[in-house]
Amino acid sequence: MLTAILVAFIIAFLAPLIVRVAKDYSGWVLSILPAGLFTYFMINYGEVGRGETIRETTVWLSGMDVELAFLLDGLSLTFALLITGIGTLVTIYAGGYMKGHRYLDRFLLILMLFMASMLGVVLSDNLIGLFIFWELTSVTSYLLIGFNNEKEESRSSALQALLITGLGGLALLGGLVIMGLAAGTMNISEILNSGDIIRDHPYYMGILILVLMGAFTKSAQFPVHFWLPGAMAAPTPVSAYLHSATMVKAGVYLLARLNPAMGSTEAWFYLVTGFGAVTMLTGAWLALVYTDLKRVLAYSTVMALGTITMLIGIGTDYALKTAAVFIVAHSLYKGALFMVAGSIDHEAGTRDVKLLGGLRKLMPVTAATAAIAALSMGGIPPMLGFIGKELVYETALNAGTFSLVLISMAVLANIAVVASSAIVAITPFYGEEKKTPKHAHEAPASMWLGPMILGTMGLLLGVFPSLADRSLFSASTSAISGVETSYYLSLWHGINLPLILSIITLAGGLTVFKFWNSLRETKAMQGYGIALGDTPKSIYESLLNGTLKFARFQIDVFQSGYLHRYMSTVIGVTVFGAAITLFLRADIVWPEYHDSVSFFEVTILILMIVAAVAAVVSKSALKSITALGLIGFAIALIYIQFSAPDLAITQILVETLTVILAALVLVKLPIPDVVDSMGTKLRDGFIALSGGALVTVLMLIILQGELNLELTEYFGENSYVVAHGKNIVNVILVDFRAFDTLGEIIVLGVAAFGIISLIKLYMNDKKEEQQP
Amino acid sequence: MEILLAITVGILFSASLYLILKRSLIRVIIGILILSNAVNLVIFTMGRLTRGAPPLIEPDAYTAGAGIANALPQALILTAIVIGFGLFAFTLAIIYRYYLTTKNLRSDAMNDSETPVPHPFSFGKKEGK
Repeated sequence: MLTAILVAFIIAFLAPLIVRVAKDYSGWVLSILPAGLFTYFMINYGEVGRGETIRETTVWLSGMDVELAFLLDGLSLTFALLITGIGTLVTIYAGGYMKGHRYLDRFLLILMLFMASMLGVVLSDNLIGLFIFWELTSVTSYLLIGFNNEKEESRSSALQALLITGLGGLALLGGLVIMGLAAGTMNISEILNSGDIIRDHPYYMGILILVLMGAFTKSAQFPVHFWLPGAMAAPTPVSAYLHSATMVKAGVYLLARLNPAMGSTEAWFYLVTGFGAVTMLTGAWLALVYTDLKRVLAYSTVMALGTITMLIGIGTDYALKTAAVFIVAHSLYKGALFMVAGSIDHEAGTRDVKLLGGLRKLMPVTAATAAIAALSMGGIPPMLGFIGKELVYETALNAGTFSLVLISMAVLANIAVVASSAIVAITPFYGEEKKTPKHAHEAPASMWLGPMILGTMGLLLGVFPSLADRSLFSASTSAISGVETSYYLSLWHGINLPLILSIITLAGGLTVFKFWNSLRETKAMQGYGIALGDTPKSIYESLLNGTLKFARFQIDVFQSGYLHRYMSTVIGVTVFGAAITLFLRADIVWPEYHDSVSFFEVTILILMIVAAVAAVVSKSALKSITALGLIGFAIALIYIQFSAPDLAITQILVETLTVILAALVLVKLPIPDVVDSMGTKLRDGFIALSGGALVTVLMLIILQGELNLELTEYFGENSYVVAHGKNIVNVILVDFRAFDTLGEIIVLGVAAFGIISLIKLYMNDKKEEQQP
Repeated sequence: MEILLAITVGILFSASLYLILKRSLIRVIIGILILSNAVNLVIFTMGRLTRGAPPLIEPDAYTAGAGIANALPQALILTAIVIGFGLFAFTLAIIYRYYLTTKNLRSDAMNDSETPVPHPFSFGKKEGK
């Protein structure tokens, strides 16, 4: 499986070259990759159907418990087949849809990269590996939504999708890491076997919320569902592939995958079922507010994602089986319908249903395809969608306490879905022929083949569910629930309550469709669209703008652009931060210390203090420099008195140079006329005195401690024996720490270059200006 | 003596911090100079003080005798003095150049040369509005 993913990544990067050679046939040629991978996974079809799982492990970062581990069981096989199968058809479709596009090479490259990443998500058997591929799908999705990057709408939709899924991704990373720590392993198979440890762990609630944030944002659950319709700014092959059939299902895949480890708790049931059911109902009716075909389909995708989430939340074997069927059924019909919408847009020049009508005669194949797929979406026998919907009803009826609420929500939502499928399959193709922006004619084979195959698959699996039952649906259910299940599907269950509800749904949906044109215009419906479609989006936008405003406020506070304010902030925070810590942590006692002090020494100290006060008080630069010199030479005397002749020599030399330099430059300059108010003086004085006091206290504390003389002794013992020098200080500088001294010389050299460029070059420029 | 030195160093620190907080660049640079001297004194005092016994090895000895001054802080300070001088010279050059360009020595006039803050960006609004 590692090989399969690697091959996919390598061929993705070769895509631009392939496009250069294959030109208009690029879609067909490149589809060999997903088709090959599809075949590769089909080889394991029988084995997985017998209940076996296949694992492959390659150590990646051995120290960090990160391995490239891959797992093929019913759930990952189902997804892998959807990804590669629909991937094949979408690649062919994209070749036709984007024919002659300047950046077809770039488009196919990112599309293939996405496919490889998505395969990584569903095959990974390691939490970190899963997360990396997860983020790769977010990034490729961002690039694909923003593919028409010259359009402002594309860019902002892409950013919106990236920010929301990225935020969820961040939460997910936190959740996965805590989960890994709680279980003691990053290996998913092992974690799934230690579900009790995780469920009883004190951090279970935290893990749950973080993981759910990741899954819900990715699968566009309420209230962040709005990014999915926004993502429709992407070219239609992307909508069909990423934003209905595969990537948005990564969230529900994750929930399903982790169900054995985290599921079947009360919190799980309420959160997952609740968000899922609300998303289902909200999305279903939002689809009826808009006339843009892709938007209708996008909201009905939100509905489907909500349904799957709800089913996983309910969590009975029956519900999980339903989820497995629903995932496949939805991918098949929704992928097909998106491609149909793309074909209409491509051939007729618009995808607004108000402007479309009577296309049936001009695009007969597309019309037929749309009909087959819409029958499945509407849940009409004998399609797979029908089985899916019956199962949803059956599950909701058996959901215990909440069954009445859930079944009402499900029926209401499905009425809207029937209406949306009629909108997509009937409105553009039947009725009077309308004049469209482009003169419509049938789409090329590359563009009807894909939806046709997907639609037919929906029919085939509906009539013969046993084809996929064992290897995909039952095996998935076993993987999701963590125990072996043996419940088998059939198309006909006799006349029972779900069937009666289906008939009600169908009748209701068709009624809604009949009055859709006037219903859509009603205040209630428009208000609903604004309240649940637009408002969450504007809340998101105002949150983002609020973040920007806060950032600006912060900048205004901390980055005032005034040096003295920066200095007050830095010094103030350092001094008081250290003071508070010191006050809280250390016991401050006046040191008991007996030492004689000579008159000479005290004189030096007094000299220094007087000079320091003079430096502060004096108004003239010359006096300040004199005071400065006094301090410097007094320090030299201290060095002499306390056995540091080398320091004294250096100090005298450097201090002399400093004073000369300062006097030369500063005395020529005017004193700036800054007058500080008394308040400023007091504030600065308070900060300065606190800083000084802090240093004194710190020194006194250090003086009480033991002095570590290990290094001093080492240098004393070795400076003559090893380095042949008797002045220990000199030996340290030029021998033991010679590289430090070299660094010091370099610093001085750099400073010299800096000064030359600052002053000399400026003077040269001035001269040139004067003599043009 | 260490205690008295600690107090003196505290006063030097106070003086230098006060000067650094001022808006006149001349006072700021004098503050920086006092600070670098004061820091050296901190290191020196922390290595403990010894009178009349420089860190030298006796002519006829191979290793250092007991009771001589601590050589390590002295080596560190020697480097620090020279680096401090480099820092001072460079700062002085910057201030001088600043004066040549603006005829001004106030630090609060410096941000006249800052680029203006760009127009605030906001999400959810169409460009050009």
